[in-house]
Amino acid sequence: MAAKEVSTMSDTTANDSPVETNAPGADVEIDEAESQDSAVEKAAKHTPRAVPLRVEGLRKKFGGILAVDDASFEVEAGSLTGLIGPNGAGKSTTFNCVTGVHHPTAGQIYFQGEDITGLAPNQVANRGLVRTFQIARELEEMTVLENMLLAPKGQRGESLLRSVLPGLRGSVIKQEKEVLEKCWEMLEFFEIDHLAHEYAGNLSGGQRKLLELARALLTDPTMLLLDEPFAGVNPTLEDRLLEHIHDLRDDGYTFLIVEHDMDLIMQNCERVIVMHQGRVLTEGEPEAVKSNEEVIEAYLGGDVE
Amino acid sequence: MSDAESTLEDQGVLGAVWDHDAVKLTALVGAIFGIYVLGGVLLDFGMRQQLNSIAQLAFLIGVFAMLALALNLHWGYTGLFNIGVIGFMAIGIYTTAVLSKGASLTEPSAGTTGGFGLPLWVGIIGGVVAAALFGGLVALPALRLRADYFAIVTVGISEIVRFTLLESTFQQGQVFGYWVGLGGGSGLILDFDPTERLLGALGLLEPYTASVERIGIRLGIGANPKPVFDTLLYGLILLVFLVGFYVLLQRLGNSPYGRVLKAIREDEEATKSLGKDTNRFKIKAFMIGCGLMGLGGILFYAAQGAITPSAFRPRITFFVWIALIIGGAGSNTGSVVGGAVFAAFLFRGPLFFKNIVQETFQVNAVDTFAAAAAPLASANPIPLVVYTIDSMDQLQLVIMGLVLIYLMHNRPEGALGHRKEAASPIQLRNRRDRETDPSTATDGGQRGVDDE
Repeated sequence: MAAKEVSTMSDTTANDSPVETNAPGADVEIDEAESQDSAVEKAAKHTPRAVPLRVEGLRKKFGGILAVDDASFEVEAGSLTGLIGPNGAGKSTTFNCVTGVHHPTAGQIYFQGEDITGLAPNQVANRGLVRTFQIARELEEMTVLENMLLAPKGQRGESLLRSVLPGLRGSVIKQEKEVLEKCWEMLEFFEIDHLAHEYAGNLSGGQRKLLELARALLTDPTMLLLDEPFAGVNPTLEDRLLEHIHDLRDDGYTFLIVEHDMDLIMQNCERVIVMHQGRVLTEGEPEAVKSNEEVIEAYLGGDVE
Repeated sequence: MSDAESTLEDQGVLGAVWDHDAVKLTALVGAIFGIYVLGGVLLDFGMRQQLNSIAQLAFLIGVFAMLALALNLHWGYTGLFNIGVIGFMAIGIYTTAVLSKGASLTEPSAGTTGGFGLPLWVGIIGGVVAAALFGGLVALPALRLRADYFAIVTVGISEIVRFTLLESTFQQGQVFGYWVGLGGGSGLILDFDPTERLLGALGLLEPYTASVERIGIRLGIGANPKPVFDTLLYGLILLVFLVGFYVLLQRLGNSPYGRVLKAIREDEEATKSLGKDTNRFKIKAFMIGCGLMGLGGILFYAAQGAITPSAFRPRITFFVWIALIIGGAGSNTGSVVGGAVFAAFLFRGPLFFKNIVQETFQVNAVDTFAAAAAPLASANPIPLVVYTIDSMDQLQLVIMGLVLIYLMHNRPEGALGHRKEAASPIQLRNRRDRETDPSTATDGGQRGVDDE
C-alpha cells in the first residue's frame, strides 16, 4: 500500500540498481587487499557503480588526536551495512568526513565513482548521499509538514525572483502542490501524518527520528547514512523504524548505519564494518564478524582469551 | 477552493474577511488613528493641529513598521542578529543625497556641499542598491561568524559608517568635475522635496497646489495650508510604501525560499545536510534586508530638509528591535503590528499623553526633582506626579526599557510570535483535498482508501 507509493517515487533508483549490479563487482574485492596509490586511483576510475560508496585510506586528525586512522571500506548497492565499534572508534568522525562536515586530513571518498572528498555538505547531499544525525535535528519551530516540504530538491520557488515576481509565481505554486502531495504520501508511509501541523519541536524522540528519515528520503537520495537511528527510540517504534528501513532497502535504497547495539546490527545487516581506534578492524558477514577474536577483544576490553 | 468554502461555513462572511491579516492590520492602524483623533478632540485641537498630528503619526507608523519588516527578514526569518540597522539606513539616505542634490561645478561656499544633480528616483534606487551592496560586502566575511559575533560586527559596522560620515576627509571633494562630499560633522542639506518631486513627476503639482488652497479654506486651516497637506501626503506615501514592503516580504516569506531561510534560522547544519546551499541563501536575504533598510532610511530622512551624522547613532536600531520584539519576530504581520504599536504608544504616545494631561489639568510643574519630592513629606504626591509627567521626554526611554523587560518576562515571543505561519505559497492549514471532501473523509481510513 503506502510502500508502493514510495517505491514509485524512487523509481529511478530502483530501476538503476539492477543495471548497476550487472557490472562485475569481483575486481574490487581483489584490489582491496593491498592497495597502492596508483592502484587506488585506477580502481577509483573503474569503480563499478555497484559500489556506491568507497572510502580509501581516510585519515582525520584533530590537533594531536588521530580520530580516524587509515580507514578503508566500501558499501555495496542495495545493501544494509552496519558500521559498529566501541565509543571513540571514529565512527561519527568517519560519517562526518564522508558527508562533508569535516575535511579529511588524508584519504579519498568516492560516491558512485566520483571523488567527493572535501565537498561541502550540501554538495554531497545533492549527489544523493544524504545523512541523518545522531541527535535528531528537526527544525523545531517549523511544523512537521514544513520540515518535509523543505527537503525535495530542485524547487523552483527557492529562487528569490521566482517566488516574488507576479508572473513567475504561478509555476512555483504549481510545483508546490506536487511537492505537498509527495510529502503527504511520505508522512502517511511513516504514519506520522496526524502530526503534520504540529511543531516539530513538540514531537517525541522517536517521532523525531521518523521525521528525520522521512525528510531525508524526500531529497530523493540513492544512499542514506543513518547515525544511530535507534538511539532513544522505544522498542515498538524501533521495530517500526526497522521495518521501514527493510522496506526501503527492498525499493533499492542503500543504507549505511552507525549503531552501538551489536545485536540489532547483527540481526538486520548483511554486512558489518567494525571500527576500533580509528581503524577498520574487520568487515564481512555478521556471523564471521561476531566470531572474530579481535572484535570480541575490542568490545570486551581484551581480557577474553 | 474547498478551503475558502469551509472557512465561509465555519465563520460566516465577516469572519472570513477578518481572517485576512491585511484586514486586521488596517483595523489596528485605523484604531490607532481613532485614538489619536479622540486625543486631539480632548486637547481641543484645531483642524490644522489635528491633521498635523495624524500626518506625523502616519509617518512614524510607516517608517517603524517598514524597518521592523526589514529586520524581521534578517532576524525573524534567517536568524541573522543585525544590530547595525541604522548604518544601512545612513548609507541609503547619504547615497540618495549625494546623487540627487543640486550639482555644483564650481567650489561651493563654505558649509555647503553639492551633489550630482540626478533625478530623485535615480538617487533613491542608488541609495537602496548601495545599502544592499554594502550589506553584501559586510556579509561576505561576517556570515561565517556565529550569531552573537555577527551582531558585534554589525554594530561595529554601523558605527564605522557614522564616523566615516563625520570624517573631514570626505567632507568635500571634486569627482568627475562635480563638487560633492558627505559634509562632515555639519551634515548635508537636502535641497529636494520628495512630495513635490513625486507630484511633479505625475504632473499633479499645479492641480494639487490649487486644490490644497481651496480645501484648506473649506476646512478652516487658516493661512498657508500647503505644509500641512504636504506632511499628510508624505505620511500617506509612506503607508503606501509600507503596503509594498508587506506584500513583498509576505510573498518572499511564504515561498520555498522563505522556508529555507526559516530552516537556516532553526538549524543551519541540518539544512545543509538536505542539500541547500545555505551561504547563498543567507547572503541574498541579508542584502535584501539591507536594501530595504536603506529604503527605510531614505524615507525616514528625505523629507526632513537636512541630515547630520549625529542622527545615525545606534538608538534607532534599538527602537526598531523593540518594535520587532513587541510584534513578534518571525511574523511579517507581527512586525507591522509592532511597528505601529511602538510608533503610536511608545515613541509618540508618552509625549501626547503629557500634552493631554497638561492641557486638561492646566498645571505647571516645578523645576527640580527635590522641589517635586518635598511635598511627599506632607502626603501630597501631586507635585511629583506632575513633575514626572512633565519629564516625559526623558522618561520615554525608561518606559521603553520597562516594556521590554515586561515582554521578555511574560511574552518573549511578542504579540504574534506564537502563530503558526507555515512558509508556503499555498494554504496548508487543511488536510489534503480528498480527505476534506466529506464523501471520502472517514477517520483513520485514509490508508484503506489508497488500496485498490
